[in-house]
Amino acid sequence: MSVIAGASQSARRAVGGWWDGLPRGVRIVVGLALLVVAYLAPFDWFYPLFGPFVTAETDFPTTLFTMAYYVLLSLGLNVVVGLAGLLDLGYVGFFAIGAYTVGLLTSPDSDFHTKWPWIPTVPIAIAVVMVSGVILGGVTLRLRGDYLAIVTLGFAEIIRAYAESSTFLRGQFGFSSIPHPPGTLPSGKPLFGVIDASPYYWLALPLVIVVIFGIRNLERSRVGRAWVAIREDEDAAEAMGVPTFRFKLWAFAIGAAFGGLSGTLFATQIGFINSGNFALFFSILVLAGVVLGGSGNIPGVILGGAFIAYIPERLRGIKEPITGTDLYEFRFLFFGLLLSLIMIFRPAGLIPSRRRKREFADRAKEVTVGE
Amino acid sequence: MNFTSFLHNFWDNTVSGLSQGSIYALFALGYTLVYGVLRLINFAHSEVFMIGTFAAIYAWRGFGLDQDSSTPAFGLVVVYLLVGLLAAMAASATTAVVIERVAYRPLRRRNAPTLAFLITAIGASVVLSEAVGVWTRRKPVGAPPLVRQKVVFHIGGAAVTNLTIGILVLALVLMVALDQFINHSRLGRGIRAVAMDPNTAALMGVNKDRVIALVFVLGGLMAGAAAVMYNLKITGTHFFAGFDLGIKSFAAAVLGGIGNLRGALLGGLLLGVLEPYTSSLLGTQWTSIVAFVVLVAILVFRPTGILGESLGRTRA
Repeated sequence: MSVIAGASQSARRAVGGWWDGLPRGVRIVVGLALLVVAYLAPFDWFYPLFGPFVTAETDFPTTLFTMAYYVLLSLGLNVVVGLAGLLDLGYVGFFAIGAYTVGLLTSPDSDFHTKWPWIPTVPIAIAVVMVSGVILGGVTLRLRGDYLAIVTLGFAEIIRAYAESSTFLRGQFGFSSIPHPPGTLPSGKPLFGVIDASPYYWLALPLVIVVIFGIRNLERSRVGRAWVAIREDEDAAEAMGVPTFRFKLWAFAIGAAFGGLSGTLFATQIGFINSGNFALFFSILVLAGVVLGGSGNIPGVILGGAFIAYIPERLRGIKEPITGTDLYEFRFLFFGLLLSLIMIFRPAGLIPSRRRKREFADRAKEVTVGE
Repeated sequence: MNFTSFLHNFWDNTVSGLSQGSIYALFALGYTLVYGVLRLINFAHSEVFMIGTFAAIYAWRGFGLDQDSSTPAFGLVVVYLLVGLLAAMAASATTAVVIERVAYRPLRRRNAPTLAFLITAIGASVVLSEAVGVWTRRKPVGAPPLVRQKVVFHIGGAAVTNLTIGILVLALVLMVALDQFINHSRLGRGIRAVAMDPNTAALMGVNKDRVIALVFVLGGLMAGAAAVMYNLKITGTHFFAGFDLGIKSFAAAVLGGIGNLRGALLGGLLLGVLEPYTSSLLGTQWTSIVAFVVLVAILVFRPTGILGESLGRTRA
């Protein structure tokens, strides 16, 4: 028994890397310390400690909130791309559906005239998004690889074009006065205001943590193993009795749910959404975050998601020495350069999943691009 | 559904759709060629096209022509068009090869996963488009009015202009030439061999790297020609010109069957005519998504596109 336990321990260490090799106590302490830092981050007496990492022009709590909803998006997309290996180029479609469901149910501009508060719309938005994930998946998941990629991209474009041209979703006019979450401060001011983004960040953070634990457990469950099997070899998985279609559908639905959740957060913080918020480039950006960080690996994906949200904001307010142009003008230029360079030097991502890394090493013997 | 408008404008739409479709088709060839050989969405191909549009316009500016100059004499127009075509094709092919060298080859050496290629391609695409964007201050750049549009003949009530004829003829000539090149030349045989089975091809003495570079050059040449057509049709360009057109062209390539040269032609022309048809049936706001709706509809029934994958290998 102990021999088996020891063997699985060492196998786990080999797959999990140095982090899982640390004693449990150390891992808990480091985790809690990170959590405390994450919670303290928006306080204006605390974040100057980050020194040069604090964004100059954008106020720091807003940046943190942006990072939080990008991390949620990356975690959701990671389920689809990183775990199940389905290339989804239209993930922002789900984000949009989540945001629009909130807009339709809460905003006075909506044809529904329901004017609900924010909270009850969240589960509804998630349900709507999951159903749309299942519908999209049901139609498209028989396609493989790059075909799936272009069709999902098309799906996001269809949603955007519909939002832009239909009177129902109000195009550029959008939905205004989307309510903020409830709650008042002792001083009588609302807890979730317009100016300060910190409460939204504190609201997003536990959601991110719940999602992280949820995905971690899913990953180690039967569902997660089925996803990895599908990612590695769909035909072999099918032959081994994995109902691939059903599990791919699950990946789509769960990934979509997190995207939708992120959309509801975005809608309530910003208070106004229109078709301009959901450009195709956004999907590509999130995908870039996932792959950049290390697709299939939760810490990597968190880093990647936070990174793509952070870099443009960090560049804002830095003046380029020659002409004095704000570097924010060049944000995508930097971004593209970083993207290419990181991928060339770390093809499996910044923090690659150990298991994936081994698979890639193994693939040297297999067929790859251009081989 | 506005059937009267659809029927009334049918021939007009067909003619304009075919000329737009020719641009899609030539553009789609770049995606199809690279996909056929490397099994890779060359996301940066849109910027190959965009660089071509700028190269032609700046070549014309070198001759003192800009959007305000008058249309030159016929003989000069032919010369200018050739110059623009050469400049665009050369610039696009160079860009394509540079992208292959900088963004793809290092990854091929490292045995990287397919997704990594997609991301470097996106990175390269963003860098090129933004660099041009910053350089042009994100303003559109006008092309000189080289071709004064004249109606040559009517077909079913639709006027066919000299520009439309020129675009169609040039596209067809290039497509036939490419088809012949791939199917009947020695280098073309190398491309087909690498597409079919890269390792065996390498064992048979095919220089894989050179074939891959050649594929990028061919894609770039076609995109360059499409770029000049775009310049003349739209009478200008801007730094974002490649993105939308690129996505649609890629959809066209998939529609026809990616990796299949004739599929790219079919997909491009089909998409070209479907767009104006939709716009007169349902309204202009839906034009941008018809590509994807048709794509989904076709892929559900024919998962590898209308004509299926080819260019060497048959694979599920």
